[in-house]
Amino acid sequence: MYQAIVFFPLLGALIAGLFGRVIGDRPSEIITSGLLILSALMSCVAFVDVGLNGETEKVKVLQWMHSGALQIDWVLRIDTLTAVMLVVVTCVSSMVHVYSIGYMSHDGARARFFAYLSLFTFMMLVLVTADNFVQLFFGWEGVGLASYLLIGFWFKKPSANAAAIKAFVVNRVGDFGLILGMAAIYFTVGSLEFDTVFAAAGALADGQLEFLGLTLPALTTICLLLFMGAMGKSAQFLLHTWLPDAMEGPTPVSALIHAATMVTAGIFLVARCSPLFELSDLALAVVTVTGAVTAFFAATVGLVQNDIKRVIAYSTCSQLGYMFVALGVGAYQVAMFHLFTHAFFKALLFLGAGSVIHAMQDEQDMRKMGGLRTLVPASWFVMIVGTLALTGFPFTAGFYSKDAIVEAAYAAEIGPHMFAFTLLVVAALFTSFYSWRLIFLTFYGLPRCSNETLSHVHESPPVMLVPLIILSIGALFAGFTFYDFFIGDGQAAFWGSSIFTSAENHVLHDLHKVPGWVKLSPVVMMVAGFTLAWVMYIRRPTLPTQLAREHDLIYNFLLNKWYIDEIYNFIFVRPVKWLARLFWKGGDGAIIDGLGPDGIAASVLYVTRRAVSLQTGFVYHYAFAMLVGIAGLVSWFMLTGGQ
Amino acid sequence: MLANVTLLLPELVLFIGAMGLLMVGAFATTDATRVIEYGAISLLLIAAIASWLQGDTVAQLAFGGSFIVDAFSAFMKTLTYLTTAVVIIMARGFMQNENLARFEVPVLMLLAAVGMGMMISANDLIALYMGIELQSLALYVLAAIKRDSLRATEAGLKYFVLGALSSGMLLYGASLIYGFSGTTNFAGIAQAFTVENGILPLAQVVGMVFLLAGLAFKISAVPFHMWTPDVYEGAPTPMTAFFAAAPKLAGMAVFLRVVISAFPDALAAWQQIIIFISIASMVLGAFAAIGQTNIKRLMAYSSIGHMGFALVGFAAGTEDGVAAVILYMTLYGVMTLGTFACILSMRRDSGMVEQVKSLSGLSQVRPFMALCLAILMFSLAGIPPLAGFFGKLFVFHAAIDAGLYGLCILGVLSSVVGAYYYLRIVKIMYLDPPADEANDPMPRELSIVAGALAGVCLLFFVYPSPLIDLAASAGQALIDMPAPDALLTGLFEATDAR
Repeated sequence: MYQAIVFFPLLGALIAGLFGRVIGDRPSEIITSGLLILSALMSCVAFVDVGLNGETEKVKVLQWMHSGALQIDWVLRIDTLTAVMLVVVTCVSSMVHVYSIGYMSHDGARARFFAYLSLFTFMMLVLVTADNFVQLFFGWEGVGLASYLLIGFWFKKPSANAAAIKAFVVNRVGDFGLILGMAAIYFTVGSLEFDTVFAAAGALADGQLEFLGLTLPALTTICLLLFMGAMGKSAQFLLHTWLPDAMEGPTPVSALIHAATMVTAGIFLVARCSPLFELSDLALAVVTVTGAVTAFFAATVGLVQNDIKRVIAYSTCSQLGYMFVALGVGAYQVAMFHLFTHAFFKALLFLGAGSVIHAMQDEQDMRKMGGLRTLVPASWFVMIVGTLALTGFPFTAGFYSKDAIVEAAYAAEIGPHMFAFTLLVVAALFTSFYSWRLIFLTFYGLPRCSNETLSHVHESPPVMLVPLIILSIGALFAGFTFYDFFIGDGQAAFWGSSIFTSAENHVLHDLHKVPGWVKLSPVVMMVAGFTLAWVMYIRRPTLPTQLAREHDLIYNFLLNKWYIDEIYNFIFVRPVKWLARLFWKGGDGAIIDGLGPDGIAASVLYVTRRAVSLQTGFVYHYAFAMLVGIAGLVSWFMLTGGQ
Repeated sequence: MLANVTLLLPELVLFIGAMGLLMVGAFATTDATRVIEYGAISLLLIAAIASWLQGDTVAQLAFGGSFIVDAFSAFMKTLTYLTTAVVIIMARGFMQNENLARFEVPVLMLLAAVGMGMMISANDLIALYMGIELQSLALYVLAAIKRDSLRATEAGLKYFVLGALSSGMLLYGASLIYGFSGTTNFAGIAQAFTVENGILPLAQVVGMVFLLAGLAFKISAVPFHMWTPDVYEGAPTPMTAFFAAAPKLAGMAVFLRVVISAFPDALAAWQQIIIFISIASMVLGAFAAIGQTNIKRLMAYSSIGHMGFALVGFAAGTEDGVAAVILYMTLYGVMTLGTFACILSMRRDSGMVEQVKSLSGLSQVRPFMALCLAILMFSLAGIPPLAGFFGKLFVFHAAIDAGLYGLCILGVLSSVVGAYYYLRIVKIMYLDPPADEANDPMPRELSIVAGALAGVCLLFFVYPSPLIDLAASAGQALIDMPAPDALLTGLFEATDAR
């Protein structure tokens, strides 16, 4: 069964990708979506088997690389952590597949699109079922590739190509850390298999790593390098710049890859490596601070964005920061819980936004929307549900998971936990504000679009609405239903041995006992954010413009995303371009080509011309050459004496 | 006396047959060209079989030791006669189309073949010269057979003048050697050609240099190659094919024979000469061919380069080296004849074409011809697994074993440069757009020849051992000639018995 879960999407991808032109678009859609739904149903069964009944398993698929001491097999590791990811990935992916049938109905290359989607899903499943770092890395790079292909799906748009390249390159920076981390693990432990590495974690914590004359603490170095990989994939602060640009891809892609699944691979990696991270206080502190800064930073930028998808993208970035804070304070289960619920409501928000964009003929600027509530009531409804869940409205999914993170940050004993707590609470205010701002700008007030566009606005077809409704159910009830299993009393039995927590780590226990004001603070922030948004965009719609004008410094700072892209452009991109140009023109063009192929070819031609010109056609020249030859040989022997 | 005649049988058959065909041609009332061609082909086949049957004998001498028959001579003669026969087959259509179908042509080719046979079996300076001149005179006439063409007569004249010069050099060398050793017999020369205190008498070396220069002219090795491009271009194409194949085989054979059996002790000296002309031939052949637009001229430089490669194995001076040269020359003959079969098919409605660029897009018009030529070009360039690769492999292997690393490196580099002009032809045929005027279909006999020879190049690697074994035993026969003493004694015993 587990093989089927993993390989059905690959089968779909191959059929749609290789034979899509032969069998046509509609069969490609049906085959890929059908296989994915099957895979999702089996994942749910697996979730019950593994999570609730505790039947972990290892399924060997094939012998992969055996070379000397390096023994790597392709094994599906099925434990609770994997099962949770399986459910998230396959459920969201199958919903996105179905939704895309409607959303992409006007596109000319649907078979390719569905092949990419299924390929992505396969790679993601390989990643989450990995039993060793190499397998994980294969999936890790595979999702990167699929993400690249899907961001650049509309390859005729220059901006889409630029965004795809940017996503790939920025991810390479993180991947470089992951590769170094894997190398360090192999160097110190001699194996890349999870079980062997985790068993050696205790020894690693005391170990040293010699590198370029530096003596580094082995475990902390490894953890930080792995976290660098996680930062890239999960778009954490400083490596986040690709995520907003990735919105150039079709909206279902944003929902699947850049909200629910791929970007959570970093969270999964850290949770999977909890036996390593748990023993390194420094690494955990770095994770906490990075997560908190990202949560705060992305929320501030989200406040002023005008593109509906970018707002949600920054929201994703921010929520990923929340998850990293949970990981950093040792509450891995809470992070996974938020990952689980977030997948539903964030996918819902993206798909809902997609529904609006679809209705508005591909208009993404919220300043040109407004008053759509009566025109697209179903989209309005699901967006409200998603927003409630995201802002943590009581008893929705986000309420359970996000508030638990805030409480865990307060209850933790790790160094910078109060710093993280403060930033998270402020970020909660911002989250509520930008989420409601999005709703008010899009659905309330008076329509700001042209009459022509307005006349074409239409509600999405059922094939798009059904996935939205299913995800709404998840967004509303996933938190309440699974609270006990993930972070409540049943968590120990649920997670089994898939997540490691040290004996001194009580955060999961302590977070239930935080003071009342801490428990209340996220709710207060949510209400405050809502009120603020209501005042600014419903009550007094002139206020935002006025504020922006009065505080234009801050406004521009936020609007330009803290100028991070510009700084990178100045520090990295331009010098690298200059250097690349130097190597290209000077190194490769002038030196290697000039002295190498081109130079040799030119001198061959020169020699050829000389050789040809020897052949004058005059007999006496020819005779002269013969005599010169014989005279030369005789002289040679006269000089050398015949030896 | 009867024994002598038996050993001479192949050459006798050819010579008497040639005379007979000449009579038929001269006195026949109707045009007997067709009959004479068939007759010549049959005679050559008979001679080839007769030579082949001499192959398993130990070395035998005749006519006072001036004529030798051994496995080496048998193999090389068989090859030469077969090559000549194939050329006559290939030439027929061309000669008819160009109004050159004269009965003298096959007769002259037969006489040239007799000369080549005499060269290959020569064991004496006089016999050597006689063979060379018989061959050369026939070739001069063949080069100029198209009497009303300025180019052909110019080619014939150039060939003749320079050939006479080279004969002069050869004779000068021969007389010097005779003066010092007192004999014209190779075995006797070897005995007299002794190294004293590690030093060779200079006058003897000078004689050897002149003799080798005369022989190098025959295989068109640099710097005695200058006649080759002009003659190849000017002579009628079937004659060019003949020049490129049979005389090269015979010339290389006699080169090997003279050097190995007459100057065995002077290895250090002649090795230097061979290395020099080998490098010069390879490099010039590779570079000059790039600049050619006429495919016959291109093939001239190609054959100069290939002579250089063959000499690489010879420079090793070992038994393996000689075997490698024999194998190389065999495969060279196969590839050259195949290529010329394709060149002879380069005919359009307006007549024959010789420009490389007129092959453009041939693969679309005449796919079979293009395929054959492409295989042959790849083989000539020495690309595995085609036959040409193995030829090069064996000569370089022998040279490496003999420690001639510098020679091998230069050889491999020039074969890289040389690959360019072979591959350019393939590129022109397969990647360029077809020319305005389509190539005529290949004549049947040419397509059979080209297809068969290209097939040999393509499939040689499947079962190469018979040819390799033959070359090895021929090389062994040449190197393992009985010591000069034993040969001379044997000679006198034979005389006594008579």
